[in-house]
Amino acid sequence: MKRKLSLVLVVTMVLSLALTGCGGNQPQAPAAPAAPEEIKIGSVFPVTGAIATFGQSSLNGTQLAFEEINNAGGVLGGRKLVLINEDNQSKTEETATAFQKLITQDEVSAILGSVASSHSLAGAPIAQAAGIPMLSPTSTNPRVTEVGDFIFRACFIDPFQGQVMAKFALETLGVTTAAMLVEQDSDYSKGLAAYFKKAFEAGGGTIVAEEGYKSTDTDFSAILTRVKAANPAVVFVPAYYGTVGPILRQAQAAEIDAVFLGGDGWDSDKLFELAGDAANGGFFSNHYSPDAGTPEVEAFLAAYQAKFNAVPDALAALAYDAAYMLAQAIEEAGSVEGVAIRDALAAINFTGVSGSVTFDENRNPVKSAVIIEIRDGKQVYKATVNP
Amino acid sequence: MTITQQILQQLINGISLGSVYALMALGYTMVYGIIKLINFAHGEVFMIGAFIGFFSITKLGMDFFPAMFTAMIFCAILGILMERLAYKPLRNAHRVAALMTAVGLSMLFQNLALAHSWIGASAKGFPQVFPLQRFQLMENVNISSDRILTLAIAIFLMIALQFIVHKTIMGKAMRAVSLDKDAARLMGINVDKTISFTFALGSSLAAAAGVLFALNYGIVVYQMGLLPGLKAFVAAVLGGIGIIPGAMVGGLLLGVTESAVSAAGGSMFRDAVAFAALIIMLLVKPTGLFGKNVREKV
Repeated sequence: MKRKLSLVLVVTMVLSLALTGCGGNQPQAPAAPAAPEEIKIGSVFPVTGAIATFGQSSLNGTQLAFEEINNAGGVLGGRKLVLINEDNQSKTEETATAFQKLITQDEVSAILGSVASSHSLAGAPIAQAAGIPMLSPTSTNPRVTEVGDFIFRACFIDPFQGQVMAKFALETLGVTTAAMLVEQDSDYSKGLAAYFKKAFEAGGGTIVAEEGYKSTDTDFSAILTRVKAANPAVVFVPAYYGTVGPILRQAQAAEIDAVFLGGDGWDSDKLFELAGDAANGGFFSNHYSPDAGTPEVEAFLAAYQAKFNAVPDALAALAYDAAYMLAQAIEEAGSVEGVAIRDALAAINFTGVSGSVTFDENRNPVKSAVIIEIRDGKQVYKATVNP
Repeated sequence: MTITQQILQQLINGISLGSVYALMALGYTMVYGIIKLINFAHGEVFMIGAFIGFFSITKLGMDFFPAMFTAMIFCAILGILMERLAYKPLRNAHRVAALMTAVGLSMLFQNLALAHSWIGASAKGFPQVFPLQRFQLMENVNISSDRILTLAIAIFLMIALQFIVHKTIMGKAMRAVSLDKDAARLMGINVDKTISFTFALGSSLAAAAGVLFALNYGIVVYQMGLLPGLKAFVAAVLGGIGIIPGAMVGGLLLGVTESAVSAAGGSMFRDAVAFAALIIMLLVKPTGLFGKNVREKV
C-alpha cells in the first residue's frame, strides 16, 4: 500500500515537472508582432528587508525619471515606458526569482537593478542568458558586469571606491596606518576592502589589522578591541549602514580614537539613527552629493523634492540616471530589441546628475566620485575625486 | 595596549555578552526542568521583549526602567499564553510534538514581527537612553555605563530568581513539580499554575535580556532572537539543562569563549566554536558541567 502511494507521488511529481517545463517553453510568443504601444521595463529593487531604504530610493528615482520621460512624450516617437518593480526583499535567492519572473512572465525589454552587488550577481546570469540588457544603478562589485555583454552599471566600481578612500586617507588625512573591518558574507564589502588594501599599501601605508564579521553579527566588541590594540589612524568599514551603525556605536563605547572611513553603503539617514553621534567625524565615498551645484543636480533636486518631499540620496540619483540612460539607449537603438539596446548602451555618451558617463570595454562607467564628511549628524560635501 | 590589557578588555566583552546569554539560558533551563521541553520560541520572546522595550521608550516616552519592566510583564503574559494555548494541549503527547510546536512558534513569532508594520525587516537603532560614560579600570581597559548596568541588572535578576526558587512557596512548588509532577499533584500542588508561573518567570527574564542586549549593542531587529536564542540553548546545555546555576555559569562561559575566539583572531569562527562546544559537551558529558549522572526514569 505504502509503496503504491509513493509511486503515485513520484509520478505526480514527474508529471508536474514536465508540465511546468512545457509551460515555460511556450508562452504566447508568436502573437507579439503587433507592436504594443508601451515599453515594459523591469526593475528589481528591495523595498523591504535589510537594505529597504536603498531599494525605496532607487524606486523613487526611477519612477521620477519615467514620469518625466513619459510626460515629455516617451521614447521612439511616443511610446510610454512602464515600470514593473519586483521586490527581492533584500535577499539573494529572491532576486533570481524576480529576474525569472520579469523575463519569462512580464517579458520586459530591459531590467534596471538590482541594488546590492550580491543580488545583481544572482540576477545577471539570468538576464545574460535571456539576452535582456540589465543596467544596475548601484552595484559596485567588478564581477557584476563581467557576467556578460548584456550587463551594465551606472555607478563606478569597487576598485575605484577603494582607491579613492585609500588616496584620501594617505593624502588628505595624511595617515599611514589603517585597520579594516570586513563583512565576510558580502561581495561588496570584500571587494572594497581588497582594493583599499592594495592602494593603501601601494601608497606606502600599512594595514595593521584586518578583522572579519558576518552580516548577522550584533556584538562587535571583541574585534573592536583587537582593532584598538593595533592602534590604527583610520578604520575602513566598507559595509551597509545596517551593520555600520552598531559598529560605530560600539567603537565609540570602546574608545577607539581612529577616523572611520566607508563607502557608498553608508549613505542612508538610518545610519544616524543607528549610530547616533558616533557617526560624526566619519568620511565615505559616494556617487553624488546634493551640494555639488551642477544644473543637472539642481533640476533633479527640485523635481525630487516636489514629488517625494525629501532630499534624494545617491541611490535615487543613480537610479534616476540609469533610467534616463536606458531611455536614451532605446531612443538611439531605435528599437526595444535586446541586442540593439545593448549596442546603444555600450556606445552611449550620457550626462546626468551623477556626472558624465561613457562605458569602458568592461561596460563600467568612467566617472568621478565625491567624498562626504559626516558632521553634526549631517552629510557634508568634502571633495570630488576624478578617475 | 599590552597583552594583559587586551585580555582584561576581552574578558569584560565576554562577560557582558555572557550575562545576556545567562539570563536567557535561565528560561530554557527552568522550562526544561519542569516539563522537559526545550522551548525554541524563547529567542523570539527575547526579541519581542526588546521591541516592547524599544516601543515603550520611543512611542510612549517611558524611561528605561519602566520600559524594561513593561517588556518583562508583557512577555510574562505572552509566556503564559504560549504555554496555555500551544504546549498544554500537548503535555501528554510525544515529546517531539511539543518540540516541533516550539520550533513552529519561533517561526511564527519571527514572521509576525517581520510582517508587522511597526517592526518590519530593517534594523532600528535602540535609543541611547543613558549618556555614554566610560569608566577606566586601568590604562586602555574600560567598561561603559551600559555594560555596568547590564551586569548589575543581570546579577540582581539572578539573585531574585534564586530567592523565588528557594525561599517562596511558588518556588518550592516549582522544585516539587520538576522532581515529580504526579507526586506533586497528589500533595495538593496546582501543577498547571506552577508551570504557567515558570513560563512567566522564564519569559520575563528573556524580555529583560532582550532589552539589555538592545541597549548594549544598539539595535533591534526581527531576527535578533535567532542566534542569541540558540546560543542561550547551548549555554543551558553546557551548564546542565534543568539546573539553574548551571545556566548562569554556562552563559558566562559561552560569552567569554566567544570573545576569546575573536580575540585570538578567529572572529569568523565564533559561532562555529559555540556550536562545536554544544556537540562536544553532548558527547563528553551530556548532563552538562553541573549535571549529575542520574539514570533515566522509565
